[in-house]
Amino acid sequence: MTFQEIKDIFYNAVWKQNPGIVQLLGLCPLLAVSSTVVNGVSLGLATTLVMTVSSGTIAPIRNYIPNEIRIPVFILIIAVLVTVVQYLMNAYMYGLFIVLGIFIPLIVTNCIVLARVEAFASRNAALPSALDGMAMGLGLTAVLGVLGAMREVIGKGTLFSGIDLALGDGAKSWVLHVIPDYHGFLIAILPPGAFIGLGLLIAAHNWFNLRAAARRKAATTESAASASVAA
Amino acid sequence: MKRIARSTLQTAANLIFFALIATAVLSSTYYLTRDTIAQSVERAKLKLVMQIAPAELFDNDIMRDKLDIPASELLGTTDTTTAYRARLKGEPSAVVLEAIAPDGYGGNISLILAVRASGELAGVRVVSHKETPGLGDYIELPKGPWIKGFDGKSRAAYKDADWKVKKDGGQFDYMAGATITPRAVVKAVHKALIYFDENRDRLFAETAEEPEGLK
Repeated sequence: MTFQEIKDIFYNAVWKQNPGIVQLLGLCPLLAVSSTVVNGVSLGLATTLVMTVSSGTIAPIRNYIPNEIRIPVFILIIAVLVTVVQYLMNAYMYGLFIVLGIFIPLIVTNCIVLARVEAFASRNAALPSALDGMAMGLGLTAVLGVLGAMREVIGKGTLFSGIDLALGDGAKSWVLHVIPDYHGFLIAILPPGAFIGLGLLIAAHNWFNLRAAARRKAATTESAASASVAA
Repeated sequence: MKRIARSTLQTAANLIFFALIATAVLSSTYYLTRDTIAQSVERAKLKLVMQIAPAELFDNDIMRDKLDIPASELLGTTDTTTAYRARLKGEPSAVVLEAIAPDGYGGNISLILAVRASGELAGVRVVSHKETPGLGDYIELPKGPWIKGFDGKSRAAYKDADWKVKKDGGQFDYMAGATITPRAVVKAVHKALIYFDENRDRLFAETAEEPEGLK
């Protein structure tokens, strides 16, 4: 794989085809667990792990899976990986396991996982597939993290609350009280806050894209104009 | 016809093969993590018990000294729950009970409470609830200190009519705008204390099984 290919995969997954704010896949966990940074990023990383390994395992065996039963086999492999992740979190990150609750098993039903396996891993070699799964997962994690930060600061006035659940009691002092003596703004924590926040993120993403497109257009007309003057 | 049958069988065999591999991976992970999971569950439970039953109250292995409590109307439970007994120098000092307040604003509120041998509450905590965030959730720590108001209360000190929120003429605080939640909790704690009084001897009875080593 060339460096350019790797760069393309990452640019495509994190910005151009971001699962959270462009493809809008897997909105259920996205909206439900993004109430704090720690929750959002944790579920994002769990999803990333599942996507990397599932794309990486399915790609090398793709030619042995009969076309008619490919979807059941894909789902079977994804479900096994999710359950393995669930066991591991239950054993080693119990507090977080309780907080994320039903959303860990629900990674199976997150359409982005199956979508990448079907659209990318079933047509490409193992390494690029694993990278694509990882990049897509990280794109989702980034959205979950940013959305979680927005909702947490506005809703609770803190950042990284609950980090001790992920990293042990020693990390308790890492919680930032961004706004001291804050009484909270309930709507940011409740589901509507998630929709409003996601809407703002999509709008920001589109605004950046439109601005970049306008610049590119201005640059081409300008160079065309200077070319005609020169002629 | 024969060809269709053969390709169907082949596909089925293929799917069975994948299912077998999947089962093998799953069961090995299950056996590898089983003990660690049991330990984490127990540690989390002990942490909760330690919050309401202070360490100076017992010197026994409280997580092992358990008793099955059948479903009870007074405790609000519909399934068998586990009570943990705290003993100091062999004498019963407190018991940790699970109770459910079925009439919270968002359904069941499950509680864990420690009652001293004297009938006095050592502490109460909310284990899980579905009350409105930011409104009814002050019943759980660390969102509010309200639940600590039960510490030291007993049926001897407060007569039955006092076990209500102040709005209903009782002795317990509440926050304006969210009365249903504390009302449900106070009622459940009171009923659990009645349960304790009625079953006191049975709760503290020695377990029938003999200590290991004597057998």
